[in-house]
Amino acid sequence: MLEFSDVSKRFPEGTLALAGVDFAMAPGEFVCIVGPSGAGKTTLLHVAAGLQRPTEGTVRLRTDKIGYVFQDPALLPWRTVRGNVALLAELRGLPKRERLRRAADAIELVGLAGFAHHRPRTLSGGMRMRVSLARSLTLDPELFLLDEPFGALDEITRQRLGGELSRLFVARRFAAVLVTHSVTEAVFLGSRVLVMSERPGRIIGDFPVPFDHPRSPDVLFDPEFTGLAREIAACLAA
Amino acid sequence: MPRRLKWGPPLVVFAVVIAMWYAVTYLLLAPDRRFLLPPPHAIVRVAVLDRANLGELLNALLLSATVAAIGLGIAVGIGMAAAIAMSQARWIERSIYPYLVVLQTIPVLALVPLFGFWFGFGLTSRVLVCVLVALFPIVANTLFGLRSVAAVHHELFTFHRAGRWTRLVKLQLPAALPAIFTGLRISAGLSVIGAIVGDFFFKQGEPGIGILIDVYRQRLQSEQLFAAVILSSLLGVFVFWFFGFAGHRATAAWHESALEPVGRDPT
Repeated sequence: MLEFSDVSKRFPEGTLALAGVDFAMAPGEFVCIVGPSGAGKTTLLHVAAGLQRPTEGTVRLRTDKIGYVFQDPALLPWRTVRGNVALLAELRGLPKRERLRRAADAIELVGLAGFAHHRPRTLSGGMRMRVSLARSLTLDPELFLLDEPFGALDEITRQRLGGELSRLFVARRFAAVLVTHSVTEAVFLGSRVLVMSERPGRIIGDFPVPFDHPRSPDVLFDPEFTGLAREIAACLAA
Repeated sequence: MPRRLKWGPPLVVFAVVIAMWYAVTYLLLAPDRRFLLPPPHAIVRVAVLDRANLGELLNALLLSATVAAIGLGIAVGIGMAAAIAMSQARWIERSIYPYLVVLQTIPVLALVPLFGFWFGFGLTSRVLVCVLVALFPIVANTLFGLRSVAAVHHELFTFHRAGRWTRLVKLQLPAALPAIFTGLRISAGLSVIGAIVGDFFFKQGEPGIGILIDVYRQRLQSEQLFAAVILSSLLGVFVFWFFGFAGHRATAAWHESALEPVGRDPT
């Protein structure tokens, strides 16, 4: 689905953000990349999405149906929830009926039915992030790139949205790359966790996660889960 | 807030001002000098209750309002087009903006006689004065608004390969709307001032309220002079209120507060 071979990225001002990143993921995989801040996680997603070109190495992508979820929900404040969710289909030039149908489906799927005509300013942070997710879902992405989507949210909302993302993953069967600096979140969501080093970023650990989606919060207290999280945290600290 | 508290204080101030006005007229001014500040009831009697005088004033006011509106309309057209062009490429901004600033800093009164020279001493020149004074706040505020789009929104549009036109229509212009209305409000007030200033220089054709002010001054018709001054102030207050109201209607549903205006001093 997505393959990085020896990818490096140096910015024009000289900063080396990525140094020889190497990994491949299959369709239907949920890859979480965990690393310290400044490791180049966002750069990695930008390179994967084609927003930035790698300085060296190659990126192979098997689909052009990519959904990108920014850390900021990036909602247009003058549009309603429905208008925001329909935006991407609108940019693609889909006919209005089709846009509205897709928007309604996506809003339903993220549990915001009844809020279609609200403006973003009247929603909570968690609800805004759901709108952002719904917006990406309208284009039926085969690969989801998520840049710390829950980074700005409180712990309770984070956990709830994590559970919903796991449920969506089962319902829609997309592949996903999610970057985060929370080990717990990475293990909870990922079918595989990659660990990134400090800048310049490299992949220094690759851990399969042996739990089925959708996952319930109970898994957080499973000894196998905590053991794996400890192992990843140790790799991160090394 | 109860109605009494909302309307009470300004009404009290109004009453105090009227009382001071009467005091100056009747206590400070000798009867033969009362034309300098005629009492309010005399102004109402001469300028409002006399149908012929009132008609003359209202016709002039309507004409000045029309001149200001046409001037504002032209300024909005030119100003927004210039701001949109400048927002599309830095080199366009670098080419045009310095001259706009120069235009802005030239004292308008120094240019106004030239207009008469070039375009005659009638309505065209009056409209041009309005365009000149109203242009800059429109350009500056629109450009500011178009540029203040959040980076993350631009990233979203870039990621989904939106073209320039789509980006402008679906992202930049809606985001700029509050700033555009701020510019409109400032420019509308300036355009009214421009119409009255234009009247003082360009007296050919139907008289505007500024021409009447000058005529009444020469003829020492001070009741009508005061009425003309008050009416032109009311026109300014009205357009300021109108564009504030329209802007509020257009953006209140989603915009937290009015943006800081990028203004200019009146003439």
